[in-house]
Amino acid sequence: MDSAMIPEGVKRCSPKVFFLWTIPWIGLLMWGLLSAALCLFKGLNQTNMTDYFAFAVWIVVDLAIIALGAGAFFTGFLTYIVGKKELKDIINAAVIIGFICYSGAVAMLGIDIGQPIRGWFIFWHVNVHSMLAEVSFCITCYLGVLAIEYLPIILENRQIQKVRTLRLAGENLHGIMAVFAATGAFLSFFHQGSLGGLFGVMYARPFDIRGGFYVWPWTFFLFILSAMAAGPSFTILCTKLTEKISRKRLVPEKAFQTLAKISGWLLSLYVVLKILDTIVWAFGDVPRAGLTFMDFFKEGPYGVWLLVCEILVFGVVPAIILMTPSARKSEGWLITGCLMNCTGIVLNRFTFTIVSLAIPVMPFDKFVSYLPTWQEWGISFAVIGYGFLLFSLSYRYLPVFPKEKELNAAAKQPA
Amino acid sequence: MEKKHGPAKGNSYGMVIDLDKCTGCGTCMVACSAENNLAVRPDESDKQRSITWMRLYKVTNGKEFPHAEVSYFPRPCMHCDHHTPCVSVCPATATETDYHTGIVSQIYTRCIGCRYCMAACPYHARTFNWWDGYFPKGKGLERYLSPEVSPRMRGVVEKCTFCHHRLMRAKTQAYAEERKELEEGEYITACTEACPAQAITFGDLNNPEHKVTRLAKSPYAFRLLERLGTEPKVYYISTKDWVRKLGDNYLPGEFKPISTVKAG
Repeated sequence: MDSAMIPEGVKRCSPKVFFLWTIPWIGLLMWGLLSAALCLFKGLNQTNMTDYFAFAVWIVVDLAIIALGAGAFFTGFLTYIVGKKELKDIINAAVIIGFICYSGAVAMLGIDIGQPIRGWFIFWHVNVHSMLAEVSFCITCYLGVLAIEYLPIILENRQIQKVRTLRLAGENLHGIMAVFAATGAFLSFFHQGSLGGLFGVMYARPFDIRGGFYVWPWTFFLFILSAMAAGPSFTILCTKLTEKISRKRLVPEKAFQTLAKISGWLLSLYVVLKILDTIVWAFGDVPRAGLTFMDFFKEGPYGVWLLVCEILVFGVVPAIILMTPSARKSEGWLITGCLMNCTGIVLNRFTFTIVSLAIPVMPFDKFVSYLPTWQEWGISFAVIGYGFLLFSLSYRYLPVFPKEKELNAAAKQPA
Repeated sequence: MEKKHGPAKGNSYGMVIDLDKCTGCGTCMVACSAENNLAVRPDESDKQRSITWMRLYKVTNGKEFPHAEVSYFPRPCMHCDHHTPCVSVCPATATETDYHTGIVSQIYTRCIGCRYCMAACPYHARTFNWWDGYFPKGKGLERYLSPEVSPRMRGVVEKCTFCHHRLMRAKTQAYAEERKELEEGEYITACTEACPAQAITFGDLNNPEHKVTRLAKSPYAFRLLERLGTEPKVYYISTKDWVRKLGDNYLPGEFKPISTVKAG
């Protein structure tokens, strides 16, 4: 039925199977749309956020997907600026994942603010000292860059290619992609950093406050580095998942190995710096505020185990796995390493958002807890549904993986 | 261009709350709510979502009877002076420090409701409008709304303004009388006026003649979380060491009781 739309020379499941595959993702999307409508029309009272939990699960998901979506800018940087040619086989997937993550994050932020209609005030009445203003500027611009990077992939659709103007437009866009890759890298550097700075500058919250360089707290640099380490791992995971589900080889092993190796080394650098940062914070910033390290973990479910998990279990271990050539060459270890790397980064974003708000600063204040409502879960899961849907549609109708035809033809030959 | 950082020039309005006098009656909270058109909810039991600009915290010395003691911390916005935690983070410039008065304002019609300021404020002085403003009709409450204070819409952050409209009123009066300076007591907040125990003193911390300046220099005066460097303009006074100790976080052995300091 839709065979005219499917790229030439590749095999895709029947429209019926594809439709069945999309049902759960459409379901998640519907759940999210209902939740979003309730939040927009009835207000944020639909959530379980409070005056204590001003930020909650949406901010955790936002920070997490923006970090995981960093594979787009970093792979683009490695492909077009550093010149890692083997990554051309995976760059399209990285761009689409990045676009999904960023558009999902922007949509969530639109619901998360109390007055969505005034969202443009950030640009109009901008406070240049605010890290959030910088985040908003860079994310909006970078989403535009990602859309431009996604456009030539869409224009490669078989039917669109028949229209000469569009085909030429796509080819020309491909030709100047290095410019957008550089712009994307520049913008990403700042907004990934500013997301970390968001917490590091909260000097009246001893759990978050960090020293730094000039106007940038250390969290600024740690967030950039952690996103650069986790992004490629997430790209590998998504591509491997697509390979498993479609039961095809889509990307040459060399591309996976290059990304995994870079991810591992960056993660190891990040973990070393994160440990140093934690030590400096625990022995410098924390006592200056009249507190001890363990004061933060004496109440509630968020114990010091969370920090141990984040840095040691989901930091050191995946760094070792991904840095060891024999380990990352085994598919099982590669997936485990990437999965643990991504989990560590999500835990880091969770700690900075939820744990920091749960801990009281005034000595007579209380520890507060929070559990999201179904509307908050709905919007969070809708991003996953939206991601699966858009990636599935892109995979089905666009030549996302340039080596797919070659790899699968080669696989069939011996048989 | 006007220099925007550093302590307030001109007037620096502040408050001293004598905790030894405070009985915890809550009149300050009620007066504040009535004065500033604070919306209510049909069910106000969820205190983490109810709007109050002045909140009373009850504290105890943790001892058993007959040594148990109780005190109360009335907590308005601290109107932090130096590099205010909330002002610097707001992306839309919806909250600003007036360097002529030291008052930290909130521009409701500009606030986008991102709540970053709430996360940055360690005093929980900021509340969010989770619902549309509600003033029960038919019960006469709407007739008590002050025309001087704009009610807030859903989805924005609000906080204590040191009854800024009263400053405007006092200034208008002074202008009409061809005066440039306000007299002491001409501008005070609603909570100051309402406190039956006269525990709250309000005035210009930059004016050495004002009682508030004298009180703020008392050896028993302290500010909440002072060591974080927020420079609050709300001072507390307590002769009780255990109350003063609760005003900030201290490492073991760091807190020096006044009796010890005097003896030393």
